[in-house]
Amino acid sequence: MTRVPLERKVLNENDRLAAELRQGFLRHGTCCLNLISSPGSGKTMLLERTLASFEPGRRVAVLTGDIQTDNDAQRLARYGFPVRQITTGGACHLDARMVTNALAEWQPDSIDLLLIENVGNLVCPSSYDLGEEARVVLLSVTEGEDKPLKYPATFHRADLVVLNKVDLLPYVPFRMDLAREYIRRVQPDAEIVEVSCTTGEGLDGWLQWIDGRSRRKSEVGSQKSEVRSQKSEAGS
Amino acid sequence: MLEAVRAESARHNAHVLAVGVKIGELSGVESESLRFCFEALVQDTDLAPLALEIERLPWRNRCRQCAQEFAVEEYRTECPQCGSAETEMASGRELEFAYMEIEET
Repeated sequence: MTRVPLERKVLNENDRLAAELRQGFLRHGTCCLNLISSPGSGKTMLLERTLASFEPGRRVAVLTGDIQTDNDAQRLARYGFPVRQITTGGACHLDARMVTNALAEWQPDSIDLLLIENVGNLVCPSSYDLGEEARVVLLSVTEGEDKPLKYPATFHRADLVVLNKVDLLPYVPFRMDLAREYIRRVQPDAEIVEVSCTTGEGLDGWLQWIDGRSRRKSEVGSQKSEVRSQKSEAGS
Repeated sequence: MLEAVRAESARHNAHVLAVGVKIGELSGVESESLRFCFEALVQDTDLAPLALEIERLPWRNRCRQCAQEFAVEEYRTECPQCGSAETEMASGRELEFAYMEIEET
C-alpha cells in the first residue's frame, strides 16, 4: 500500500469557475456583490430599494437565486434593469457554474454592477465562491443578535454586514451593541451599516458603500474601454 | 471527491483504498454529513471498499502585531499574548484532499 500526497481543494471545480468569473469581472470593470442572509432578512427588499434609487441609465444587473419560483425576479424586474432568476430546484446555495450559465446571455461589458442575491441560507453559500468582489451579509433585527456566533463561517467572510429592519428595534429585544460586538468578534474587518428598507433610514450608507466599491472597479474598466476604443480607432 | 479518486486511480493504475481530507472548523462542512453521503455514493460501485479519513483542523488565527499563532475558542480572536485585536485567520477554512492510499493492481 502506498500513500500518495494530494494537496488540492475538494471544491476545485467551483474555485476554477469562480476564478474565471473574477477575471471576467476584472476585465470588464464589473463590481460583483454576493448577498447572503437567512430567509426573510430582506435581501430582495434591499435590492428593490437599491434599484429604485438608481438612475435609469445605470449599468446594473441582478441575479436572484431561489429553490423555487421566480417571484423575486418579478419583484425586481419592475425597476427596469436586467434581472434573471436562478432556480436551483433544491440546492440550498448558488455555485459558480449557475452564475456562469446565468450570465451567458448578457454582454459582459455592459454591466458595471452585478448584484447576486444568494439563496436564503446562512450555511452553505459561505463555501461557494461566485467570483464576487465582496460579500454582503444581511442580519435583520427580528433575528437573534447572536447569529454571527451561530453561523461564524458566513460572517467570517463578510466584507459588509447590513443590519436590516432597524425601524423594528423598539418592538424587539434585539441588542444592537451585542450584535456589533459579535460581528466584530467573528470578523473584525467587516464594515457594518444599519438600515431600514421600510423607512429608508440608513440606505445612504449602503448606497455609498456600493458606490465606493463600484467606482474602484469602473476605473479599471474605463481604462480597458479606452484601450478598446483606441484599438478600434486604430482599426478604422 | 469521487471524480478525483477515479482520476488518481487511473493515473496510478491502482485501486484507491482510502482518501484523506482536511476539513476546517469554518469550512461549513459537517464531517458526519460528508461521511454519510460519501458512503452512500461509494456503496455498490467499483470504488468500494473506499475509506474516508477526515482530519478536522481547528480555527487558528495569527496576530498581525506579534505574529503569535493561537487556537480561536469561543470566537475570541484577540491575541492571547499581546492582547491585540489585529489578528487574521491562519487556518480553519480548509476543504482539501490530503492524500490517497493506493494499492497497485
